[in-house]
Amino acid sequence: MPESTTTLIAVRGMRMRRGRPRSGLRSLWKSPFFDIAALIIVVVTLMSLFPGLFTSIDPRDCNLSMSRVGPQPGHPMGFDIQGCDYWSNIVHGARTSLEVGVYTAVLSFVIALVAGSLAGYFGGITDSIISWTSNVILGIPVGIASLVILYQFRSRTVWTIVFVLVLFSWAATMRYMRSSVMQVRNLEYIQAARGLGVGPWRILRTHVIPNAVTPLIVMTTLSVGAGMAAEAGFSILGVGLRLPAFSWGIQIALASQDGNWQIAPLLMFFPALMLGLTTLAFVVLGESLRDALDPKARR
Amino acid sequence: MLRYALRRILMMIPTLIGSTFLVYLLVFLIPGDPVARLAGGEKRLSNSTIAAIRDQYNLDDPFFVQYGKYLWGVLQGDFGHDFNGNSVSTLIATALPYTVVLALSAFVLKIVIGVCLGVWAGLRQGRFPDKFNLFFTIFFLAVPGFIIAYFSQYVFGIKLHWLPISGVQAGFPLAFILPAIVLALETASPLARLSRTSLVDVLRSDYIVTATAKGIGPQRIMWVHALRNAFVPVVTYLGLSIAALLGGSVLIETIFNLPGLGGTLARAIDTQNGPVVVGVSVFLLLFYLVAALVVDLLYPIIDPRVRHA
Repeated sequence: MPESTTTLIAVRGMRMRRGRPRSGLRSLWKSPFFDIAALIIVVVTLMSLFPGLFTSIDPRDCNLSMSRVGPQPGHPMGFDIQGCDYWSNIVHGARTSLEVGVYTAVLSFVIALVAGSLAGYFGGITDSIISWTSNVILGIPVGIASLVILYQFRSRTVWTIVFVLVLFSWAATMRYMRSSVMQVRNLEYIQAARGLGVGPWRILRTHVIPNAVTPLIVMTTLSVGAGMAAEAGFSILGVGLRLPAFSWGIQIALASQDGNWQIAPLLMFFPALMLGLTTLAFVVLGESLRDALDPKARR
Repeated sequence: MLRYALRRILMMIPTLIGSTFLVYLLVFLIPGDPVARLAGGEKRLSNSTIAAIRDQYNLDDPFFVQYGKYLWGVLQGDFGHDFNGNSVSTLIATALPYTVVLALSAFVLKIVIGVCLGVWAGLRQGRFPDKFNLFFTIFFLAVPGFIIAYFSQYVFGIKLHWLPISGVQAGFPLAFILPAIVLALETASPLARLSRTSLVDVLRSDYIVTATAKGIGPQRIMWVHALRNAFVPVVTYLGLSIAALLGGSVLIETIFNLPGLGGTLARAIDTQNGPVVVGVSVFLLLFYLVAALVVDLLYPIIDPRVRHA
C-alpha cells in the first residue's frame, strides 16, 4: 500500500473518533431527565465545595434541648438526636459522600485504563498476569471482603473507604477496557499507524485509548453513585466513617440506631432522600452518556 | 464432561488460595497487635493468657504457616472459637438456614420480577412496557437497597402494620416477605435488562424470520423458538447471581435484624468479636466460591455448546 493511502486511512480514523462524540454530546441536552440529573449534581457539588452558600448555621452548634425537634422556621429539616441543625449537617455531609464516590470512580478509572490497555494491547504474559489478578478479585464477594478489611482499621478516613472500594472495583472495569482495546487494536488505521513506524506507546496513547475509552467513561459515571451508597452502607454496618466526621452515611447510620428513625422518621428521610437523588442523578447521567457516546449500545 | 469438570476444579484452586490469601494478607499487613485488638483493646490480659491466645491462633508461627494452619482447619470444618468459648462452626450452622431461606425466597421473587418485566418489555419494544422497564431498572440500579429497605419498613411495618420489620419471631413467610422483596428488587434490574436485550436480539435473528416465513403461528414461535434461546444468557446470569445473593445480604439482614450469616457478621463487628468476624467471612468466601463452581459445572447441561469450548 502506498504511503499516502495508509496516511489517509489513519487520518480518517482519527476524524471519525473526534466527530462522533461531539455531535452525540449535543443530543444530550434534549433530554429533560439529563437536565434534572445535571442540576442535582451541580447543586450537590456546590454544596460540597461551598457549604456557606447553603447554610450559615454551624453544624456543630448543638443544643440538646432541641433533640429530635421537627422542622422550624429557619431550620427546614429540624434537629438531630444531639440537637444539631439537620440541614446544616446535610450540607456539610455532601462533601464526604461525594468525595468517596468521585475519588473511587476516578481512581478505578485510572487503574482500569492503564491495566486494561496494557493487557489488551500487548497480550501475552502481561495480559496473563493482569487478567489472572482481576479474575481472583472478581471471584471474591466484594461486600464481605471489604467488611473484613475495613474492620481491621482502627481509624477510618475517606481515603480508607476509597482504598477498599477501589481494590475491588477496578477489576470489572478493567475487563471492559481490555476487551474494548482488543477490538480496536487490529483495526486498519492502527495497522496503518504501526506500518508507518509509530511506536507502541504513541499508538496506545493517541489511537487506541481514545477509541476504546467510551464504555469506560460510561461505567465510571455509573459507578459514582455506587461508591456513595457503599460509604453509607459501611456506616450502617459500623465499619464506615464515624463522628465527628460529616457524611450522609453517618446521618443514616445514626438515624437507624436504636430505632431512632421510628420515632423521628424525618431523620432517616432527609439524608436518604439526598443520597437517593444523587445516586439516581449519576446513573441517569451515565445512561445518557452511553446513549450519546455509544450509539451501538443504544437500547 | 469429566475433563471439563476436572479442569474447572483445578482452575478454582488458585482462585481459592488467591482470594483467601489476599484477605488474610491484608489483615496481616495492618500494624498493631492482633491479640490486643481481638481482646477488645482496653482489657489487660495476663502474660499466660496472651501466650495461650497466641498459641491458639498460631501467632508465633511464620506468616505462611499461620495461613496454612488456618486454611487446613477451615477445610476440615473447624472455624475456631470465639473468646466466650463458643465454636464458630456451631454459630455458622445455626445462622446458615436463615440466610439460605432469605436468599432462595429473594431468588425466586427476583426471577419472577426480572424475567416478566424483561420479556414484557422485549415483546412491546418502544411502547409503555419498554419505558416502564427502563424506568424500573434505572431506579432500582441507582437507589441504594438500604433506602428501599427503610422505606418499606416505614410504610408496611410502622404505618400499615401489615408485616413485621425485625427478627424472625413471625416465622417463615411473614418475617421474610419484606427483606426478600427488597433484596429481589435490588438485584432484579440487571436481570430485567438482560432478558429484554436477549429477547430483542433473538426476535431479530434469521431463524425467527425463517419460522415466520414457514407460517408458524406467533404463539409457537414465541414459546418454542424465541424464549428458549433468549433464556440461555439469562440462565447463565442467574446461576452466577445466586452465589452473590447468598453472600451479599449482609446489609439487608442487619436492617431487618435477621439472625442469618450476614446479621451474625454485622453483630460480631459491632461487638468486636474477631474470631467470629474472620470465621463467618471465610465461610462466606468459600460458600461463594463453591456455589460459583457448582453453577459452572451445571452450565454445560443448559447450553450444550459450552461442552466443546
